[in-house]
Amino acid sequence: MDTSRSYLEPSSFSKKLAATIIIVYTVITLIPISWMVMTSFKNVNSAISYPPEVLFEPSLEGYVNLFTNRSRQSQEYLDSLPAPETWYEELVRSREMVITGPSKFLGRYSNSMIIGFGSTFASVFLGALAAYAFSRFRVPLKDDLLFFILSTRMFPPIAVAVPIFIMYRKLGLGDTHLGMIILYTVVNLSLAVWLLKGFMDEIPKEYEEAAMIDGYSRLQAFFKVVLPQAMTGIAATAIFCMIFSWNEYAFAVLLTQFNAQTAPPFIPTIIGEGGLDWPAIGAGTTLFLLPVMIFTIILRKHLLRGITFGAVRK
Amino acid sequence: MSKIKIVNLQKSFGDFTAVKNSNLTINDKEFFVLLGPSGCGKTTTLRMIAGLELPTSGEIYLGEEEVGMLRASERDIAFVFQLFALYPHMNVKNNLSFPLKMQGYSRSEIKTRVEEAAKLLRIDHILNSNISSLSGGDRQRVALGRALVRRPKAFLMDEPLGTLDAEFRELMCLELKKLHIDIGATTVYVTHDQLEAMSLADRIAVMDGGEILQADEPSVIYNKPATKFVASFIGSPGMNFINIDQGISNEQSTLNIEGTDFNIPKQYEISKGKKNSFGIRPENLSLTNEGGLKGSVFGVEYLGSRKIVTIKTNFGELKVKTDISTSVKINENVQVKPSNDNIIIFDGETDKSLKSEFMN
Repeated sequence: MDTSRSYLEPSSFSKKLAATIIIVYTVITLIPISWMVMTSFKNVNSAISYPPEVLFEPSLEGYVNLFTNRSRQSQEYLDSLPAPETWYEELVRSREMVITGPSKFLGRYSNSMIIGFGSTFASVFLGALAAYAFSRFRVPLKDDLLFFILSTRMFPPIAVAVPIFIMYRKLGLGDTHLGMIILYTVVNLSLAVWLLKGFMDEIPKEYEEAAMIDGYSRLQAFFKVVLPQAMTGIAATAIFCMIFSWNEYAFAVLLTQFNAQTAPPFIPTIIGEGGLDWPAIGAGTTLFLLPVMIFTIILRKHLLRGITFGAVRK
Repeated sequence: MSKIKIVNLQKSFGDFTAVKNSNLTINDKEFFVLLGPSGCGKTTTLRMIAGLELPTSGEIYLGEEEVGMLRASERDIAFVFQLFALYPHMNVKNNLSFPLKMQGYSRSEIKTRVEEAAKLLRIDHILNSNISSLSGGDRQRVALGRALVRRPKAFLMDEPLGTLDAEFRELMCLELKKLHIDIGATTVYVTHDQLEAMSLADRIAVMDGGEILQADEPSVIYNKPATKFVASFIGSPGMNFINIDQGISNEQSTLNIEGTDFNIPKQYEISKGKKNSFGIRPENLSLTNEGGLKGSVFGVEYLGSRKIVTIKTNFGELKVKTDISTSVKINENVQVKPSNDNIIIFDGETDKSLKSEFMN
């Protein structure tokens, strides 16, 4: 019998098996994502060639198309123009087109940023205050209120699309950043309150009491002592809220058109000549993926570190 | 530093009254211990002095000022929690300077005070450590330090040694006492541990069921308990009680139990009823061959220098603290009698001790 390892440690065979399963699973999950990234670096022809090209000559055409509006011109007209000044102009000319201006992508992308981060901040901030109140104070009908808050999540949000559409039109909130921030905050808030209440319940109330004895008001104690300790919960909640409001499609299609349109409804509408411009769509979705990824990676260290551990003996 | 006075203090949670109509005066620079079993209202009393609970009625004076309804942050007191409640997201230095930052001291003033407190508590070498890396004793010291830096009007401590192991608790007890002597701060200390209370306190208040039963110096609490509860709660083992079915009259100085007359201190108070009890500490009882209460040896515990013999009598078990040389066997028939007149008669109706030559 092999006694060189601890009884609790898995055998090398089960370790290898686990690793194999994880690698296979990762590869399967990554195929669509890597295909998307590859498509964004293909040119229009290789993107739709059959059989699909795995090895191809990389091109930035997709990204150029994503950020520009172009129009097709005759060869004589193109010849009459002065030589292209930039690499992307040259690329467009080689396709017998000229750049007519920037596309709407950047605007839609920044709309997504404003609305995504705005509603995430609002949800977490309001959620933290509500969760703290539910966790610490004697709130009349506390259980009923908490259930009521949760019940707003029990139907798919889109079920109330029509009333919200009418309401937003009457209130002048349709196609505005504020309107979308409010909407996403309302949807996320129930999740935020419930998640954060759990975390707040775990923080012993002695910390605030100590801070209040040390001369701080309850609100100051909340910001200086409770919030830093709830960082794990706040990070988790923020990531969930961000993912929802960043990816949300249905309400964005319904309620935004020009001013506040976010990236999700915009990307599928990128149409090239004679069909969808797959490299541009690939480029758009690749760029769309980045912020949530970066946001999650930044907050990851808070998720992994339980900072309350060890400060109070239980 | 200031004295603390509580007047007719009462606290109810719904139907439950945690603290009943309590009155106390804690002198300036005194180390005062609130002692009692769990749920006796000692922590609630302390939290009301701190401002963490508001009283249902009554007044609390800190110095000359009535503070009963003030917020904790407006009272200028320090509180050491049982679980320390050190801020886990700050290092030791920041924990110590946290109360000072609020009061708007300059950076250099904060630095001086923190270093001063750290030196006093011998934690100056761990100022930059994280709280989670500290041992229980160091956490205790940091918690004390956080209370010290502000030089508050009073220190309140809620079982601060409760989570430490026995050996360390003894050491911290000594340190606390020394610290109190060094800085002379008015201290209110809550504990359920009578040994801790005895060794630390200038005065002790024994509480039970929300009431303060007796507040006095440790030796008085031990030797002249005001009620039967105090007598049984203090001392290890507690006082022996023998139920007597007879009234006590004024000037009475003997008591007949099971046909034997025992001398008792001359009584100055008449009992209310006929069901009273006779109380005597284990060290004031001795084994004898005749003229005592008859019983048989039930158990013997060795305590090193002394031994405790439990004797089964018709009046229940009696504990006798005897010399180590006394040799008794289990089930041996023996007799016990008081070896001196440290005897207290408790009134069966009020549970209070009756006045006598001894209990004057």
